[in-house]
Amino acid sequence: MALDKPYLDVPGTIIFDTEQSRKGYWINQFCMSLMKAENRERFKSNERAYLDEWAMTEEQKQAIMARDLNWCMRTGGNIYFLAKIGATDGKSFQQMAGSMTGMTEDEYRNMMINGGRSVEGNRFVGENGDAQTQNQPQGSAGKKAH
Amino acid sequence: MAKITASVFTSHVPAIGAALDLGKTQEAYWQPLFAGYEYGKQWMKDNKPDVIFLVYNDHATAFSLDFIPTFAIGTAEHFQPADEGWGPRPVPVVKGHPELASHIAQSVIQQDFDLTIVNKMDVDHGLTVPLSLMCGQPPADKFEWPCPVIPFAVNVVQYPVPSGQRCFNLGKAIRKAIETYDEDINVHIWGTGGMSHQLQGARAGLINKEFDSAFLDKLISDPQGAADIPHINYVREAGSEGIELVMWLIARGAMNDVAGGQAPTLKQRFYHVPASNTAVGHVILEN
Repeated sequence: MALDKPYLDVPGTIIFDTEQSRKGYWINQFCMSLMKAENRERFKSNERAYLDEWAMTEEQKQAIMARDLNWCMRTGGNIYFLAKIGATDGKSFQQMAGSMTGMTEDEYRNMMINGGRSVEGNRFVGENGDAQTQNQPQGSAGKKAH
Repeated sequence: MAKITASVFTSHVPAIGAALDLGKTQEAYWQPLFAGYEYGKQWMKDNKPDVIFLVYNDHATAFSLDFIPTFAIGTAEHFQPADEGWGPRPVPVVKGHPELASHIAQSVIQQDFDLTIVNKMDVDHGLTVPLSLMCGQPPADKFEWPCPVIPFAVNVVQYPVPSGQRCFNLGKAIRKAIETYDEDINVHIWGTGGMSHQLQGARAGLINKEFDSAFLDKLISDPQGAADIPHINYVREAGSEGIELVMWLIARGAMNDVAGGQAPTLKQRFYHVPASNTAVGHVILEN
């Protein structure tokens, strides 16, 4: 019998369930290692060498080096673990969350000051809210990159 | 006998801790938020508990993917503020209450909730930010929190997380456990996390004031109605991290009215958007 996963039709959202967790064991454990100052230093001095010490897939290593948090999450990363990479880079949670939307830091910050993202059109895949696939990327940071 | 005299509910956004630690509380961005906690800080001084039972979640700090306990009770004498990657917060060590914590563990497990007992654990912003908001920064010559704290960590990081109803029932069991503790002490139970927020993906930054407001109404006056909310409603309406609100139901389930007593007195209700990515909610209820 299939498991009950009613959250798969929420747009722009990956729920960190047991399947994602299994895929992401090593990427997340790597992130945990960055809670030690000496490991943060070792990672910063040679990212590739430090990543090669972990049993991650090549894709997971590429996603980390690209600092593409959406990519990291698709491969099993969880935001609370991935936040340790952001902390190592001196980034705030707001900068990290904003980086996943395609907005610049200012655009994202202003959206939050103005009350945040509306849920309207963003409840189900197939609606037309700003978080839906057809409306990506959302901001000028993403548009520059494309 | 020990008694639960009040419950406190608050978000535990890490950026609030950073704003406090970096002296930014008077900045225009932060001032309205901290103003909403002035009442609570004075209330804490006027209604000092002997122990705080603090429900929070660990954010991949003490618990990696090696162990993922659904409910973990801290029974240690001390808990160190964790280094979450930015260095530890400059706040006091959290002193536990091993006797009461062990008593609660035994009683609650006998009531069919399988708690994980933790004797060694660092505590992250989920626990220390609520303490900072409600107690302020302790003075250097008396650098300690006002009372012992029992950390109670709930898994809301890896799905499936416990349902609202299960959390509510657990609160009832915790109430029974505390009321069978022989010492005459005054216990606060705090529920933390939330409110609406999403930290991931193209939907990051989601805020739903209507959902939050309705949740606060239910929390205060119709807690069973709040407990009935299924997971998927939190995810869809309040964002993937809005699921943290189930932790508020543990504290709410421990109040007198749920066991047939009088409705609690509402002492404070506050709501503010934004703190970083998050809607901040805060409620104080007295038995």
